[in-house]
Amino acid sequence: MRRVATALLGVGALVACASVTACNKSQQSQSSAPVITAPIVGGPHALPPAAAAPADDGNWTMPGKNYASTRFSALSQITPANVSKLALAFTFSTGTTKGFEAPPLVVNGTMYVITPFPNYLFALDLTKPGAPTKWEFKPKPAAASQGVACCDVVNRGAVYDNGKIFFNTLDGQTFAVDANSGQMVWHTQLGDIQKGETITMAPLVADGKVLVGDSGGEMGVRGWIAALDEGSGKVVWKAYNTGPDKDVLIGANFHPFYASDRGKDLGVKTWPPDAWKIGGATVWGWISYDPETKLIYYGTSNPGPWNPDQRPGDNKWSSGIFARNVDTGQAAWYYQSSPHDLFDHDDVNEIILADIPWGNGRRPVLLRPDRNGFFYVMDRRTGQVLSATPYGYINVYKGVDLKSGRIIPNPDKSPKPGRVTRDICPASPGAKDWNPAAFSPVTGLVYIPHINLCQDEGHMEANYISGTPYVGADVKMYAGPGGNRGVFTAWDPIHRRPVWEIKEDLPLWSPALVTAGNVVFYGTMDGWFKAVDARNGKLLWQFKAGSGIIGQPISYRGPDGRQYIAVICGVGGWAGAIVDANMDPHDPTGALGFANAVKDLPLKTTAGGILYVFTLPR
Amino acid sequence: MSSRFRVSVAAIAVAAIALCACNREEHHSRAKPIGETIPTSQSPATIFPGNGTPPPLDPRAALYDNNANAIGQGQQLFSMMNCVGCHSHGGGGMGPALSDDEWRYGGRIDQIAASIADGRPNGMPSWRGKLTADQIWDLAAYVRSLSGLPSKDAVSSRSESMSAGTPSTLTPHGEIKNSDAAQQ
Repeated sequence: MRRVATALLGVGALVACASVTACNKSQQSQSSAPVITAPIVGGPHALPPAAAAPADDGNWTMPGKNYASTRFSALSQITPANVSKLALAFTFSTGTTKGFEAPPLVVNGTMYVITPFPNYLFALDLTKPGAPTKWEFKPKPAAASQGVACCDVVNRGAVYDNGKIFFNTLDGQTFAVDANSGQMVWHTQLGDIQKGETITMAPLVADGKVLVGDSGGEMGVRGWIAALDEGSGKVVWKAYNTGPDKDVLIGANFHPFYASDRGKDLGVKTWPPDAWKIGGATVWGWISYDPETKLIYYGTSNPGPWNPDQRPGDNKWSSGIFARNVDTGQAAWYYQSSPHDLFDHDDVNEIILADIPWGNGRRPVLLRPDRNGFFYVMDRRTGQVLSATPYGYINVYKGVDLKSGRIIPNPDKSPKPGRVTRDICPASPGAKDWNPAAFSPVTGLVYIPHINLCQDEGHMEANYISGTPYVGADVKMYAGPGGNRGVFTAWDPIHRRPVWEIKEDLPLWSPALVTAGNVVFYGTMDGWFKAVDARNGKLLWQFKAGSGIIGQPISYRGPDGRQYIAVICGVGGWAGAIVDANMDPHDPTGALGFANAVKDLPLKTTAGGILYVFTLPR
Repeated sequence: MSSRFRVSVAAIAVAAIALCACNREEHHSRAKPIGETIPTSQSPATIFPGNGTPPPLDPRAALYDNNANAIGQGQQLFSMMNCVGCHSHGGGGMGPALSDDEWRYGGRIDQIAASIADGRPNGMPSWRGKLTADQIWDLAAYVRSLSGLPSKDAVSSRSESMSAGTPSTLTPHGEIKNSDAAQQ
């Protein structure tokens, strides 16, 4: 079956070439026509658990839309039949020029926008024409924090709960702001930029706690996740992701599925002496939550430094998934996607909660397009891997052994000291990086915006100097097989295959949105905001924004009862730093090697964070 | 052609080589001693009220600018002190590009040395007290060389960057194992 799919992909590449040529002439966005590789199969498909994905109230209160992280809007006014009429409702300039990864939030007629550094928070009044600003809040993070943020000074979103907006600042603080007045309720300093700690992730509020984790896996920090009391900001629990069990909150309730994750103080023993203290395993991605079991799910980042020779061992608990009790932080299970990570394959990607048909009933699972290129289906109660299927081109791993749970590395691609390893696929940002997929219970498909990059990599000894990078690798990335740097895949998690794929010229760095009207939205790094048919990938509508799009689209019901689509452009992030950080494209190793893959981007877009809101004409 | 003429040509050639070598390799340890100082922070392209004259070039600058030994030492320090983690091999990343012709805080070697010594407000760390004055000047000389400002003969011909070979990602590949519990 995989061979057939590969053959079809080959045809797709030819179609892509023809299409790209045509597009060049008309100055349109460079993407291929969708290639349909499999039919949508009828019958029972994956559904989100009701407790984690309640009925849609038309608001958008957290980046993932709900605890199941579906990024699915149940609004259905906008359909494949009418989306071509979509027109601008209003725009808003955020006054920032850094990579804009955050979605806007909408709560009962007010839109909230959190910007990259300096992390402005705006409230826009959707009940008035042109959505004027109600208030703005400026947290004034330390400017020096920009110097310890590995991959642009992004912020991945705010969250609303119970009358407050919660967000993190680059310099390691968590803020709670009154959603009506814009007055600060509390703030808590969690990270220390002197140690290289920043915070870029979007918090999640669950069970009265604000969950926050650090960034800095390239700076030799020690990763952690903390739960703050929603009312006071006081730390309720904090769990490190390296070190002795008592720090990691591993106790009697810890039951990992695989033997290699069992044993005392593995967060110490799987490292050279003291290396765990500067070993990364940060929490800069996404958290999901299952209210039925009170378990949170999150992934940990790469171990540090990138140079693997300096950290022999499995380097627990880096590059894996933790399930923890939300009240106590105690670990329930853990699974390591990339033990002794060789390629900066963080494990922080989104975790979609779903219940899939299994035997005569349904099985509670996680769906996960992982950075290492495998689409994982895992039992979310136990951490057992049920399947791991490549959804992009992989040559550094041979598969995942379901008995041991371990990924099987390709020895030909294991870096050796003193030489450059070539054609590492997927590259360090993986087959997909942080930008989340969307999951539609209507089609049962997962809509994955991802990338197709490979790289050459050489290592040198990294010196640990606190507050400076701790990497020890030279990297040069480039397009993978086919030459397209981005892919948008509609993935069937039951039959473990793509249903359709769109090849994009540039890496896809924007998250996806899918609606009950069967329209999928995503953006490209040269600024095209696209609507495609959720069933077949057909391009239905597109709009050219003022800057490249790496931000997450959302859909909400406005005060007038109409369905709106909102997205914020603003090129940047790791992939777009070459533009917004004004880098010199002549150095192939710039931006940890990403610059080489997007040398053409500065000619295709410029920086600038602007909100665009669309709706159908009356 | 007399043998005497030949000898003098040879002598001139030797002298010329020696001269070139002197220009390239002159080590500042042989210069007359100047106090071990790092320039204080001075904003380069700012307004100087009164007469508009910027402060004179630091006297130590001449010992390091365009000096192959200083540039070579600075190149080593650039990797060892993790400068490369932020600025890459000049192209930038976490920190700004150094190989272009934009200098936020001035591209004169004493201005670069001041930026290294005292840090800059948007995240450049301060290395005063962590590196010696000599090391800071060496680094400044190397940073200046990234932009192509010094003469070519002072700069190492060996690039620290990776070779720009053609990627071979279009080569055929083997099958990847598809793991599925339901089928096992």
